[in-house]
Amino acid sequence: MVNFFSTRWGIITVGIFIGSVASLLQYLGNPPNMGICVACMERDIAGALGLHRIDVVQYIRPEIIGFVLGSFLVSSIYRENKARGGSSPLIRFFLGVFAMIGALVFLGCPWRALLRLAGGDGNAILGILGLVAGVFAGIFFLKRGYNLGRSSPQRPFNAWLFPLFMVVLFLLLVFRIEFIPGGPIFFSVKGPGAQHANLWISLGAGLLIGIMAQRSRFCTMGALRDAILIRDFHLLSGVIALLITAFLANLAFGQFHPGFSGQPIAHTDQIWNFWGMTLSGLAFTLAGGCPGRQLFLAGEGDTDAAIFALGMIVGAAVAHNFAFASSPKGVGTFGPWAVIVGLVFCVAVGFAMQERERV
Amino acid sequence: MIDARGLSCPQPVLLVQKAIEEGQKSFEVIVNSGVAKENILRLLKKHGLKWSCVEEGTDTYIHVTGKS
Repeated sequence: MVNFFSTRWGIITVGIFIGSVASLLQYLGNPPNMGICVACMERDIAGALGLHRIDVVQYIRPEIIGFVLGSFLVSSIYRENKARGGSSPLIRFFLGVFAMIGALVFLGCPWRALLRLAGGDGNAILGILGLVAGVFAGIFFLKRGYNLGRSSPQRPFNAWLFPLFMVVLFLLLVFRIEFIPGGPIFFSVKGPGAQHANLWISLGAGLLIGIMAQRSRFCTMGALRDAILIRDFHLLSGVIALLITAFLANLAFGQFHPGFSGQPIAHTDQIWNFWGMTLSGLAFTLAGGCPGRQLFLAGEGDTDAAIFALGMIVGAAVAHNFAFASSPKGVGTFGPWAVIVGLVFCVAVGFAMQERERV
Repeated sequence: MIDARGLSCPQPVLLVQKAIEEGQKSFEVIVNSGVAKENILRLLKKHGLKWSCVEEGTDTYIHVTGKS
């Protein structure tokens, strides 16, 4: 059976869909230039669970839940849902932790970097340059034979567990369960955590994106990596479609405000916009995909990707608890140190996980 | 023979790319994921190589059979 979504026009269609939905979600209530941000949204989930206590960013984001469940559903239908794992899961966990730390220093994942650019946020340029630098660094290791080892088939229950966890999160959200008076589960009453589209619209958008992204193998980091490493522009065409569509949609919705200062949920410390995303870009490349892709893989039964996603959630808690995360005022007290430690970690992984035979 | 089963992106494609760069025109690749298969076939098409696929259970054997 031919998979339309994995053709060139298929992935461009997906990019157009994601770009317009992201802009629409912002219009319907999601934070500015944050219609979709896997890092920020996982951070909000961490906050809702009480893993950090920054009260302006606590909300169980249905988009994330939709990504996983959409992928789970469509991969099951097309028999691509296969429980697998065992490819250096602990390393992947820590790569997730540091990928999130880097993203929270910049204040966005690769998807949000594109959306910020499409919203006129010039600071995103440095973030995207950082991602490219990180991907280049990851390619250096890939060419020297870096890989995290083969994954093996696992028993089916392994494939259901992460989607099940997402269902539980969704129930906690819908029923506003309060374990202790005042929370958790926490719901921001002000700040970005309080800015969200209608729960069902967010879920629906997430499900549709999860379905289309799983079928098309959409991946922002893969797009950069393939363009540089094997001169293949297939994934990149989807990413560019996303960017252009989001830009046009922002124009239509009055959401385009060009400039560097005063951009929403952004800062102008360009050195750390760049280096934060270099860390993220490197970590994503070493882990084999952008944070969105990791969620779609997790929905397919890839337990290594699910562990990476859990690492990102823990990383968000760490980032906010230890003052690594940035704010619109600038970088966190220990943000730069965390980025340096993260880069050292990723480079160590890159060298440590080389096979003798170079590619 | 390239066994790309269980390898995550971009290893399968990299292994095939390496074989192509070494001048190999006739070889076999084993994959067990739809993604790896799609990516490899796209690479083969780009290099003008012919192939045939055989599915055996969860595995797909891609026989690369020279230039088209």
